[in-house]
Amino acid sequence: MAAPASAYKDRQFLAVIGDEDSVTGLLLAGIGHVTPAPDSQKNFLVVDSKTEASAIEEAFVRFTEERKDIGILLINQHIAEKIRHRVDSYTAAFPALLEIPSKDHPYDPEKDSVLRRVRRLFGE
Amino acid sequence: MSGATNREAVFPTRQSLGIMKSKLKGAQTGHDLLKRKSEALTKRFREITRRIDEAKRKMGRVMQIAAFSLAEVTYAVGGDIGYQVQESAKSARFRVRTKQENVSGVFLPAFESYTTEGNNDFGLTGLGKGGQQVQRCRETYARAVETLVELASLQTAFVILDEVIKVVNRRVNAIEHVIIPRTENTIKYINSELDELDREEFFRLKKVQNKKQRDTAIQDAEMRAKREDAEKRDKDKENEETGGGGDILGDDEDADVIF
Repeated sequence: MAAPASAYKDRQFLAVIGDEDSVTGLLLAGIGHVTPAPDSQKNFLVVDSKTEASAIEEAFVRFTEERKDIGILLINQHIAEKIRHRVDSYTAAFPALLEIPSKDHPYDPEKDSVLRRVRRLFGE
Repeated sequence: MSGATNREAVFPTRQSLGIMKSKLKGAQTGHDLLKRKSEALTKRFREITRRIDEAKRKMGRVMQIAAFSLAEVTYAVGGDIGYQVQESAKSARFRVRTKQENVSGVFLPAFESYTTEGNNDFGLTGLGKGGQQVQRCRETYARAVETLVELASLQTAFVILDEVIKVVNRRVNAIEHVIIPRTENTIKYINSELDELDREEFFRLKKVQNKKQRDTAIQDAEMRAKREDAEKRDKDKENEETGGGGDILGDDEDADVIF
């Protein structure tokens, strides 16, 4: 019924899509990982005002669907807003998708896809 | 809900009645068990949603503090360290592993954070100045990430439990509203058919009995008639015999004997 153990036993990294400050802080905590050459893939994406929504989406798909070693995907809430349809339609258990606040954008529980689901379930 | 449509296609025999009865019993037991499972899961689910709510709020605070400490670093180092940090990230020091927890037969994975020792990608960050702030910032962020990991496990459990509860509830409802009524209908159908057969059989037996009674009555009548006949004949014979025998002394006129 639940996902088999093979679906998540190799997932050991965290990935992050965020603005520069969030990514820097999380990297300082030590979550950054670059896979060995030749296809050195980073597990983080820095988004600034110039980043296209398509690039964010591509990274989102890469982290959630293509890479099998990521257990948790952190994404800044204001960035999640840009690809909201993607985030809202994402229902898989792995990797866990977490919307985090950023320095400039305080956390708004109303926008969080999971919290909205919680609310809907309890009929509020 | 006519009896003809909402029942299983079985022959109305005593054997299938037994099968249906045991099936109904099994369905009821299964229904009880599943219902209990669903309740246990729902209880867990509510607890998790409550904790998610709390953890999300906590995350807001923690991330704020972390962002503040990063601002301190920027101030102390006197420049942006973002680029340097991004370039020097090579191998994750902070990783997660998954463990499982069993709730009423459902395996809920949970993340557990751990740090690998020995690799430090940012040894040179803040070497010039602000090293202390960088260190503090790293610790703050590490704590923040731990909170995030905790939240992520809750959320994963939430997603999985949500799915499992839906499946279990669907099964409970299917048993309650489809399987049990249908089995009951089938039992009712078999019972009525068997009753019908019983009545037929009874009627048939009655008929046979009637016929037999009639037959015996006729036979009796015949016998009696025969017997009466015989008796009558006997009597006649007797009469005849007495008549035939006459009296020897007889009033019969004997011919005169002339010498």
